[in-house]
Amino acid sequence: MNPDILTASAGPSFDLTEDQQAVREMVREFSESEIRPIAAKIDETHEFPLETTKKMAELGLLGMFVSEEYGGAGMDYLSYVIAIEELSRVCASHGVIASVNNSLVCYPIMTYGNEEQKRRYLVPLARGEWIGAYCLTEPNAGSNAANQQTTAVADGDDYVLNGTKLFVTNAGPSDILVVYAATDRALGPKGISAFIVEAATPGVNKGKKEMKLGIHASDTREIAFVNARVPKRNLLGEHNKGYGVALATLGGGRIGIAAQAVGIAQASLEAAVKYAGERRAFDRPIGEFDAIREMLANAAIEVDTARLLTYQAAWLRDQGRPHIKEASLAKWHASESGTRCANWAIQVHGGYGYLTEFSVERYWRDARICEIYEGTTEIQKMVIAAQVLKEHALEA
Amino acid sequence: MQLDLSADQVLIRDAVRDLCAREFGPQASSWDREAVVPRQAVARLAEQGFLGMAIPEDWGGVGYDSRTLLIVLEEIARVSAALAIMIAVHNSVGALPVFRFGTDEQRRRFLPRLVSRELAAFSLSEPGAGSDAGAIEATATRTEQHYVLRGSKNWVTNGEQAGVYLIFARTDKAVGSGGLTAFILERGTPGLVVGKAEDKMGLRGSDTVALSLEEVKVPLDQRLGAEGEGFKIAMSMLDAGRIGVAAQALGVMGAAFEESVRYAQQRRAFGQPIARQQAVQFKLAEMERRIQASRLLIWRAAWLKDTGQPYTREASMAKLYASEAATWVTHQAVQVHGGYGYVKEFAVERYYRDARVMEIYEGTSEIQRLVIARSLLKDGVKV
Repeated sequence: MNPDILTASAGPSFDLTEDQQAVREMVREFSESEIRPIAAKIDETHEFPLETTKKMAELGLLGMFVSEEYGGAGMDYLSYVIAIEELSRVCASHGVIASVNNSLVCYPIMTYGNEEQKRRYLVPLARGEWIGAYCLTEPNAGSNAANQQTTAVADGDDYVLNGTKLFVTNAGPSDILVVYAATDRALGPKGISAFIVEAATPGVNKGKKEMKLGIHASDTREIAFVNARVPKRNLLGEHNKGYGVALATLGGGRIGIAAQAVGIAQASLEAAVKYAGERRAFDRPIGEFDAIREMLANAAIEVDTARLLTYQAAWLRDQGRPHIKEASLAKWHASESGTRCANWAIQVHGGYGYLTEFSVERYWRDARICEIYEGTTEIQKMVIAAQVLKEHALEA
Repeated sequence: MQLDLSADQVLIRDAVRDLCAREFGPQASSWDREAVVPRQAVARLAEQGFLGMAIPEDWGGVGYDSRTLLIVLEEIARVSAALAIMIAVHNSVGALPVFRFGTDEQRRRFLPRLVSRELAAFSLSEPGAGSDAGAIEATATRTEQHYVLRGSKNWVTNGEQAGVYLIFARTDKAVGSGGLTAFILERGTPGLVVGKAEDKMGLRGSDTVALSLEEVKVPLDQRLGAEGEGFKIAMSMLDAGRIGVAAQALGVMGAAFEESVRYAQQRRAFGQPIARQQAVQFKLAEMERRIQASRLLIWRAAWLKDTGQPYTREASMAKLYASEAATWVTHQAVQVHGGYGYVKEFAVERYYRDARVMEIYEGTSEIQRLVIARSLLKDGVKV
């Protein structure tokens, strides 16, 4: 024991539960044995990894925090975050495939769905028998998500959806879509509703796969809705309350993306440290030069601060406490950490870092999206500033 | 994972915050302006037991764990970084080594004074030995009843007013850092010449002096630990010292942040509070980010220490990140205040000056990066 332990230790502590540690071990082993061998290849071919996605489903990784009653793994949010981190450490595409299904599809159905919707849709989604996608962004509604042009008009027992959604992750393989549309355009954000839409519905047209800078193995497409009829029983939450559903969903989604970035940052640091110990120049390992050490030390701090902020947000969420600000802090910080660490990893590798043979250039391309999707860095800063000003508001 | 303070920690934090705000806050600027050591404030903190934070209750201290101690330092630093460093040095690297490495006799002799009224100073650096502690030249020559200390020491915090000095000198010239030995010296020992306080850019309320060791006779029973153990003692204190500096940095940036948020809501430009401008909002958001990341790094290092786990790498991370964050946050705080941030009527210019040294003392940023990188290369990346 440490002689400095003077009183019973209490207060902030950072140990993980046995369950959380077991999740890390399990997902790491799975990622190393099943994903590592294909990660570079699917990056090159842009192929959606159906097989390993099925295996993620078998391990419960596609419905992690959904209760067992509804087909999920019944884990806490921190366990989910650890799983996304570990997947992304090996392949960020797998990270986002799982993250979208969990955070953006299972979550809103679990939280806002009625019993029938949960039985019918949440159970197969959480089990990973069906893949989910999330349709919010439009050509003219990105950061300003309230500017929905897609419309849903009541007609008999159905709503009729018309409009175009962009940048839909998991679009190609998706079976179920959570779609936002304006049910009353005059009301702006207060006139938006959320729907559960079966992807096989006539009038739901998936576009061609987008060619992206990174996360090549995640399938991103446009989805057009042309007079797509959705039964009224598939309204998710209340009529005209969809924007609240979207915001609450993104609050958790941001923690998932932060976790993805933490995984990429971790992988980059590991690669840089390994290479710095092996590569020799001027008769010594390059890790003996301050110039290299500075990058390694900085990267280690990025990884740890990113992870701590991400776990903090997840912990608050698990406690059922407010975490809007902390989720945005985690997402902003971790996404930039991912980019910076991957950049340093390339620099430490020199010319080899620029070759696809070493994975660090993939990490760099994959990391970049984390600063953009599920709320750009600029949006996160706006969210944080608004919270800060609210917390420190001057008394009138 | 558990990020709440304990009930005790909340009580202690609130008590310190209240004491600092009521009694020290109004004076902190004048300590800085006049470079006056706040003896009265030290005495007030002593009354409340804050000179014995790292010492167990059996020995007259209040026996705080590391997390609680850091929470106290952060709160003091919110009003005065100068006062905080005096208390930090005293507790973490002054009194604690006497308890940790001292004989029972040394503990009985020195601890009662140190936990109740007298400050301790820690003296390792020399004019020619800063980051490279192995280059220390001060010598301690053993005679029958004494060690005779000769040499010069630099940058001794609390040096002007300390009652007790921990001084490191070389008992063996041949073996580099392995030849260092620690000694406990009393104030007023003949030959222990205290230089005049340095005129510093910041932390002007804390006294920093050079010491001259002119044939100082130190009785054999005032050697702390064994001969040659000095480097080990010094190094074992450094990690705790580093998270102490990190907590000090956290306090300063917290104060700078709060004043910036307040000012941004009061100050109007272009017909509205500047807090409505995105450029200002983003500075506030980034301050919040760096503050939270600093706090988590500090608490993690302290938790590792409190639970008996290795924490050298994590202490360096906390110290490096928090000190650079403090410089950045205080810089931006001046910026948010505009011209007013540059005048002494507002405290942010003091915070800015105070923060700067945190990237230097208790191991420069460059030394922290070295510690972190060596640890990564030797022990690998964690998690």
